[in-house]
Amino acid sequence: MSAGIGVDLESLWIRFGDFVAVRDANVHIEGGDFFSFLGPSGCGKTTILRAVSGFLEPSEGNVLIGGKNMKGIGPNKRPTALIFQNLALFPLMKVWENITFSMEIKGASAAERRRRADELLDMIALPDQGDKLPSELSGGQRQRVAIARALCAEPDVLLLDEPLSALDLKLRQHMRTELREIQQRVGITFIYITHDQGEALTMSDSIAVMRAGVIDQIADGKTIYNDPATAFAASFVGENNVFRGKVKRVMGDEALIATNRSGDLVARISTANRGKLAEGDDAMMFIRPEAFAIAPEGATGDHFVTARVTHEEFEGNAFNIFTEGDGGKEIKVSIPNLGQSFKDHTGQNITLEYDARNAVVVPAGELAAE
Amino acid sequence: MNSSFLRISIWVYLAIFFAYLLGPLVIMSLTAFNSSSFPRISPWECLTFQWFTELFHDQRILNGIKNSLIIGAGTVVLSVAMGLAGALMLTQIWPKLRATYYTIIIAPILIPGVVLGISTLVFWDRINRMLGLGADSVLSNGVFLTVIGQSTFIASYCMLVLVARLQRYDTALTEAALDLGATHAQAFRKILLPFMRPAIASAAVLAFLASFENYNTTTFTFGEYPTLTIELAQKVRYGITPAISALAFIIVALTVFFALLNEAKLRRQELVAAARRNAMVQDLGGKIRLPSFFAGNMAAVLLVVFAVATITMVGTAAVYSPDQCIANVKEQKRLEAERRIQELRKQREEQRKQREAQEAEQGGAAQSAPKPSNNSGFGGVFAPGALGGGADAEPEAEEPPKGNGGFGNVFDPNSLSGDQ
Repeated sequence: MSAGIGVDLESLWIRFGDFVAVRDANVHIEGGDFFSFLGPSGCGKTTILRAVSGFLEPSEGNVLIGGKNMKGIGPNKRPTALIFQNLALFPLMKVWENITFSMEIKGASAAERRRRADELLDMIALPDQGDKLPSELSGGQRQRVAIARALCAEPDVLLLDEPLSALDLKLRQHMRTELREIQQRVGITFIYITHDQGEALTMSDSIAVMRAGVIDQIADGKTIYNDPATAFAASFVGENNVFRGKVKRVMGDEALIATNRSGDLVARISTANRGKLAEGDDAMMFIRPEAFAIAPEGATGDHFVTARVTHEEFEGNAFNIFTEGDGGKEIKVSIPNLGQSFKDHTGQNITLEYDARNAVVVPAGELAAE
Repeated sequence: MNSSFLRISIWVYLAIFFAYLLGPLVIMSLTAFNSSSFPRISPWECLTFQWFTELFHDQRILNGIKNSLIIGAGTVVLSVAMGLAGALMLTQIWPKLRATYYTIIIAPILIPGVVLGISTLVFWDRINRMLGLGADSVLSNGVFLTVIGQSTFIASYCMLVLVARLQRYDTALTEAALDLGATHAQAFRKILLPFMRPAIASAAVLAFLASFENYNTTTFTFGEYPTLTIELAQKVRYGITPAISALAFIIVALTVFFALLNEAKLRRQELVAAARRNAMVQDLGGKIRLPSFFAGNMAAVLLVVFAVATITMVGTAAVYSPDQCIANVKEQKRLEAERRIQELRKQREEQRKQREAQEAEQGGAAQSAPKPSNNSGFGGVFAPGALGGGADAEPEAEEPPKGNGGFGNVFDPNSLSGDQ
């Protein structure tokens, strides 16, 4: 991949009055990467995007694009293009005029613009739609026109503010692949804002998980999923079962946790927290539903959990077993459907087994709201 | 039975309501075609277009129209610009100040136009003096003052219209334009202004109409440039002629024309939109249809009827000559007048005879005969000479006889005779 223009946020603070929207964000975004900010709504990710695009001046800290400090440079002078959440296509202009608006500004001739518009329309697979108005297009087509309009400006960095949130599920999944393809074709840096972890995981080279203005973790999707740095990252990205307790003993990379309900359990300390957890600390242990297996009855030890089954469901590709868990939360266990016979356990006690490498311990912290 | 009574009541009510609303306009329009020199429809004398001719030869009216158009154009430009600036400000201003700002900007609508007129005059006169300029400077020019004075409150109307549209504007569009490299000026010109265009057009029409019909502010500021309303008001003071009815008719006709045109256009847009939706359905039905412009477009049909009526009327006016009719009426009037003169003379003769008889009875010294013209309380109106002269002269005199007082032609001998 060509080395595109990178973006750096240096100790970025953004305040609105007393409210801190972004707290000390330090991010290095590699040129040519597909980088996502993932977090629940109101966590400050759109604010970061507006600071990068220049609509918002940071209260403290710097935004660097291609190593150049952007302080005092307006949105129309930055090498960025933003795709708005509601797309913001110009309603009175035809599709081709929309797409080539950035050329019109520079005084390009109509013929030149038309030619470029046709190229871009071909690229987004909407040939011969140039003379329509945006209101005559479907949601997915409008989406692609917005992308073409942004790309026409030939930005070094493309910023996308939850552009898929207005689309239906099927189209959203289709557009994910398409966006990723476009990004790899044009080879520029994409900064993508989303609250949908599926979008972030499937498309991104790197993800920053954000919570209430704070960046909890920056890593690639696999690391975030398997090795979360905080309780929030662990509970926000994908489904996860939480076990609360205290650290009883630290054994190298692993720790024995005295859980509130399920006895002493062993788990791997997440990479970011190695050496930071000491005996007696409040901790949270996370095990993914698919990391459990049903153990023979009566098995005991530090990687067995016994609990009463409240209900079960059949999801097609998996059987889901829900058992009583810690703090009113259920433990979800997902057993892949491989054609095996499946016994109903409702009302019974069940013993579950897991591999300590698949359980992760982080310091106790705020969980993602469900 | 109850419901049918209710229905009839509603129709009656509507009839009365529209008669009240439109009756005066219809009557006034009709008087423009009656040859009677006082605007009235009964008795109907002759169909004539002479009042239109007269109107277009009236230099004061034409000058008034010209001034009104100039001032209207100036007011449109100034008011729409100020209204747009005010509307934009309203969306940008600190939210806490918004209500206060709105009240201040709307206030001129509530202030009487007379006050605005006087204050404009006083204020600019002061400025003019402060700058040491003479009475013939731009700042004391009638057109300038009138435009400024009218705009003080017309701009508020414009702002109301523009704010309504601006509230539906998505500021993300401006941001998108900036993001794509446009300057603020370019974003305004290429994105916001086109979006506001329909509202700007409405505001401009509103401003023009408000300016055109304004009297109470203009009356203080017009200086040497009287507008049409001012001219009309001054004319009415010296009695009205059907030429003013002719003007009213033209204005009514133009209003109806533009209303129909607008309605037809709107209808057409709706029909086009509907046709786009039903394109498939319509392709299948191969029926003979009216030209698409008329199908289901009542306003367009009316518009065409209206246009045909106008052309017919202008055509008729060009070839129609009411001279014969007017001559007949004149002849009738003359006969009538003569008859009355004869009657009067007879009366006088009898009175004279009576008096002479009395004098003879009294046998007094010779007295000078009383002048007949001193007989009545109506001045010279009933004097035989005056009547005779009036009957001989053009009955539909273009200039009403001067010195007849503040009642216009009412006491004109001809109008009296015409009443019978």
